[in-house]
Amino acid sequence: MTSTLERPPAPSGPPPAPGQTPTRSARAEGWVRRAPLLPALVFTIIVTQIPFLLTIFYSLQSWNLVRPGSQQFVWFDNYVSVFQDSQFRGVALNTVIMTLGSVLIAVVLGLVLALLLNRHFIGRGIVRTLLVTPFLITPVAAALLWKTTLLDPTYGLINFVLSPFGVGEEAWISDFPLASVMVALIWQWTPFMMLLLLAGLQSMPTDQIEAARMDGAGAWAIFRELTLPHLRRFIELGTVLGAIYLVNTFDAVYMITQGGPGTASANLPFYIYQRAFLGFDIGQSAAMGVVVVVMTIIVATFALRLVFRSFGAAEGSN
Amino acid sequence: MAITTERASTTASSGASDQEPRRSSRTGPVLLTTLTWILGIGFFFPVLWMVLTAFKTEGDAQSNPPTFVFTPTFEQFRTVFDAGIGPYLANSLGATVISTVLVLLLAIPAAFALSMRPVEKTQDVLFFFISTKMLPVVAAIVPIYVVVNNVGLLDNIWTLIVLYTAMNLPIAVWMMRSFFLEVPSELLEAASMDGASLARTLREVVLPIISPGIFATALICVIFSWNEFFFAVNLTSANAGTMPTFLVQFVTSQGLYFAQLSAAATLAALPVILAGWVAQNKLVQGLSFGAVK
Repeated sequence: MTSTLERPPAPSGPPPAPGQTPTRSARAEGWVRRAPLLPALVFTIIVTQIPFLLTIFYSLQSWNLVRPGSQQFVWFDNYVSVFQDSQFRGVALNTVIMTLGSVLIAVVLGLVLALLLNRHFIGRGIVRTLLVTPFLITPVAAALLWKTTLLDPTYGLINFVLSPFGVGEEAWISDFPLASVMVALIWQWTPFMMLLLLAGLQSMPTDQIEAARMDGAGAWAIFRELTLPHLRRFIELGTVLGAIYLVNTFDAVYMITQGGPGTASANLPFYIYQRAFLGFDIGQSAAMGVVVVVMTIIVATFALRLVFRSFGAAEGSN
Repeated sequence: MAITTERASTTASSGASDQEPRRSSRTGPVLLTTLTWILGIGFFFPVLWMVLTAFKTEGDAQSNPPTFVFTPTFEQFRTVFDAGIGPYLANSLGATVISTVLVLLLAIPAAFALSMRPVEKTQDVLFFFISTKMLPVVAAIVPIYVVVNNVGLLDNIWTLIVLYTAMNLPIAVWMMRSFFLEVPSELLEAASMDGASLARTLREVVLPIISPGIFATALICVIFSWNEFFFAVNLTSANAGTMPTFLVQFVTSQGLYFAQLSAAATLAALPVILAGWVAQNKLVQGLSFGAVK
C-alpha cells in the first residue's frame, strides 16, 4: 500500500469518547471504512456465489426437466458419467484448442500490429481506430458476418480473395468448422492484444534502446534482447486474460456452426448449453459446469495472481 | 473523439527512434507505413463489407463474384424495422443504461473503500471480485434459469439488468480503484490541512480528477452489456429480448438473406462501435482490470 493514503485516524473519525474503550471506536472506524464496500460485495456474493453453490447441489442429483418427479439424490453418479462420456472429452479438447489456439495466434498477430503501430507515421490514429473496430463488433453480429458474407462457399468474400490462388468454392464452415470459429475469434481478439502490447511498448524506456543502438546493435538484436523481455509480462497478461474471456466463447459457436457437424466444433459452454436447454438434463449439465469451474480455477488463480503480482496492480504501487 | 492518441512522450520518443533508419534509407519506413495501412484496412474491411452489404439489394449481396459497385438502397433497413426491431432496441437500451448506472453506484464507493481509505484484507476482496469473472457463466446458467423460472422472472428485463450488473461490477471496481489511486496524495493532504471535510474533499478535489475514469468505466460497461448474448438467449424471448437475440430471431424467421442480415447486424453493432471508438484508450485498462494503463 505505498500510494494509498493512510490518514491518521484522529482527524477523520470522531475522537474516542471518554469512557469508551479504544478498541470499540476502532471497530466503529472499521465499519465506517467498510460501509461503502459492502453493497457491492454483498450483491456480488449473492448473484455470483449462490448460483454456483446451487450448481454443486444440482450436480449431485439426477434431474431431467422433461421427466417430472425424476429429481433424486445420486451423489457422484453424474460426475462418473461425465468422465465416461467420450463426447465430453472431445469437447473439452476442442475447448483447449479453441482457447489456446485463438489466444496464441491473436498474441502473435497483435504483437506484429503493435510493433507496426509503435512508429510515427501519417494517419496513425486512424489506422489504430480501424484496427480496434473488430473487437467492438457485437460478437453475434461478427459471427453472422463470418458465416454469411465472408465464409460462404459461393458468395463469400474469402473465396473470392483466394480464387487467384486456386481456391475454388471451398465450404470452410462444414470442412473446417473449428478453424472457422477460431478465425472469427482471432479476428475479434487480435485488436485487444494489439492495444495491450502497444501500451507495453509505449511504457518502454527509450534511453536503453538509444544506448544499444549507439553500440551498433541491429534492430533484431534490440527486439530480442530488450523489447521482448520488456513485453514479457504484457504478453503473459494478454494470454491469461484472453484465455479467461475466450474459454467462455458461446456466441461464435452458436451462430457459426451450432457445434457441428456432430460435436466437431462444440466447446464446453456450448455443449453444456445443449445438455441443459435442449436435453433438459439439469444434473449432468451442472456436473459438467462444476468440472469446468474447477479446471478454470486451477489454471486461472495461479496464472492470474502471478501476472498481477508482476504488474503490482493489486498492490497499488504502479 | 479520442482517435488521435499518441501521448506526447511517446510521440517524441518514437519520433526520435525513427531518425536513425531514415538517415540510411527512406524506403524502409514508407514500406512499413504502407504495410501498416494495408493491415489496418484488411482488419477493418469485414466491418466495411457488412455495412456495404446492408445497402445492397439481395441480388447484389449474393453474387459471384461479389458486387463492389452498386446503387445503395434502404430497402433492407426498412425490412429490419418492419420485422419489429423496436422492442429489442428498447430492451437493449434499458438493460444497458440501467445496469451501467447500478454498476457505477455500487462500484465507485467500493473502489473508494479499496483505495483511498482501504479496508483490511483489501487484497483478498480484490481477488474475490476478479475471481467471479473467472467462474464460467455456463456453470451458473442452470441454477439461474431454475431460480428465475421459479420466481416468474423469465423473459423479464430486470433479470438481465441484475445479471449484467454482476457481470460488470468486478471490472468497474478494479478500474475505478486504479483511477482513485491516480489521485495525487499531496492534493488530499493539502485539502485536509485546509480543514476540508471528507465529503468536500471528495466532491471538489477527487471527483474532477476521476470523472474521465468514471466515463471510461461507464463506456466499458455499456459495451459489455450491449453485446451480451448468453444470458439474453437463455433467459429471454419475445418480451425482454435484446439486440443480439433479435439477430438470432431474425435469422430464424427470415432465413439467411445476406443483405437483410447485414442491415440488422449493422444496427446491432453500431452503438457499441461508436462507444468503443470514444473509449478506445481505456479499453485495455478496463479489460485488464486496471493493470495496464
